[in-house]
Amino acid sequence: MLNTFDILETIRMIQEECLDIRTITMGISLLDCCDTDMNSLCSKVYEKITRKAEKLVATGEQIEAEYGIPIINKRISITPAAMLIASAQNGDPVSLAKTLQRAAETTGVNFIGGYSALVHKGFSEGDLRLIESIPEALAVTNRLCASVNVGSSKAGINMDAVKRMGEIIREAALRTADQQCFGPAKLVVLCNAPEDNPFMAGAFHGVGEPDCEVHVGVSGPGVVRSAIRKYPDASLDKIADVIKRTAFKITRMGQLVGTRASQMLDVPFGIVDLSLAPTPAVGDSVAHILEGMGLSVCGMHGTTAALALLNDAVKKGGVMASSSVGGLSGAFIPVSEDAGMIQAAVSGVLTLEKLEAMTAVCSVGLDMIVVPGDTPASTLSAIIADEAAIGMVNNKTTAVRVIPAIGKKEGDMLDFGGLFGSGPVMPVRRESAAQFIARGGRIPAPMHSIRN
Amino acid sequence: MRAVITVIGHDTIGILHKVSGICAENHANVIEVSQSVLQDMFAMFMLVDISRLSCDFSALSEQLAALGGQLGLSIHAMHEDIFNSMHRI
Repeated sequence: MLNTFDILETIRMIQEECLDIRTITMGISLLDCCDTDMNSLCSKVYEKITRKAEKLVATGEQIEAEYGIPIINKRISITPAAMLIASAQNGDPVSLAKTLQRAAETTGVNFIGGYSALVHKGFSEGDLRLIESIPEALAVTNRLCASVNVGSSKAGINMDAVKRMGEIIREAALRTADQQCFGPAKLVVLCNAPEDNPFMAGAFHGVGEPDCEVHVGVSGPGVVRSAIRKYPDASLDKIADVIKRTAFKITRMGQLVGTRASQMLDVPFGIVDLSLAPTPAVGDSVAHILEGMGLSVCGMHGTTAALALLNDAVKKGGVMASSSVGGLSGAFIPVSEDAGMIQAAVSGVLTLEKLEAMTAVCSVGLDMIVVPGDTPASTLSAIIADEAAIGMVNNKTTAVRVIPAIGKKEGDMLDFGGLFGSGPVMPVRRESAAQFIARGGRIPAPMHSIRN
Repeated sequence: MRAVITVIGHDTIGILHKVSGICAENHANVIEVSQSVLQDMFAMFMLVDISRLSCDFSALSEQLAALGGQLGLSIHAMHEDIFNSMHRI
């Protein structure tokens, strides 16, 4: 018989500590939709997505009711769209973006990711066309997410792509200036992008994946926070142990939901991404976990160490709980989506430089950071280059999702609403990196990339 | 297939009767009940067999949640698997 303590613990986690399944994401390969004609490419894409994901949302809702666990998002990730665009040589990529938006509306998912290009070693013609179309594609759709992989530990960093992406982010912000500059919030620039990531905006369905599969992204910063709170005087190895135990439970739930979804949808189960993903809701903050460990404010000295401990313990607990851990898996630090990070940034303690240091030990990178509207493209590119360098050298995924707040300056707020939250405009260095960025070319892969 | 129903809140007359009534109406067989009352706080855990349920499980949990709303109690019905997977290796 189940014991009552366990039952109550589960209910408390869900009811009071915001434990939820952050996303069920269906990965769909669209390689079989390639066509030389853009119109017929689009109709094949629409047909395949709506057929495969027809029951995705309903299945998610059914599991939600069965287990009593909220499943916040149902999403789709697709083959990097640049590969599809390459096959249709004369069509406008934006028509594919609109098709994806329509497919998202029909299936009822809240985001579709994979308007992506992988250009870490160089551009193909399809990659270039996709990248050029990103600002418009993000302005005319609201459920589409775009990503570009500009570097990898094996290939180095494509600095031409880094240069162009700084400009693309600015253009995307300018084109959506009347919608709180929402465009760049759906665009992420990655290094070492994982092929099975269920989280937006960086989700895409890698070419090494099966035709169709489901991934699950769990969450639960609130649960970890209140577990730590019970041990105000414990040593840090005890805290690591508490986090591991909690991560284990959260991941087991993700594994259960993923297995059930895979059965019900009759597609293979992909991975559980055991990232601690915060939301702006009270009690659902990664910053508050770090503060719970004893830091007075997230962003002060000691934050990187606390985050390193957290990230590692989450992984260790999660790996024990599931044999298919993948995606990003760790702790996310998106500023505008985390109540504690917002506070720390507003107070000026959490700065861009500290966030950059934190990304060396967290699972992703500079995420949902609002910068002044007049930040030059070359500075955005320089931020991307720094972040990609951290990822490349440390064999980890890093990403940049910065939002230039057009017409706003340091100290102003940008409010996206919903899960995207709101973020203060954070200061960036005003000195120029233009000459460095204008050089272009490639930063060679580090020595330790040669491992064969 | 089994589910766990939990009822937590202030004690009132007939809680067990009303909850088990909804179970009976929907052909959910009560296997085990454990309840405790501490002062006026009431906590009940009920293990029910839902393999011959006459409605959707989600309909049953909605009915129970609605009853909870009426009585000012927190009532949850959740599939047993979630507890087993989280707390057992």
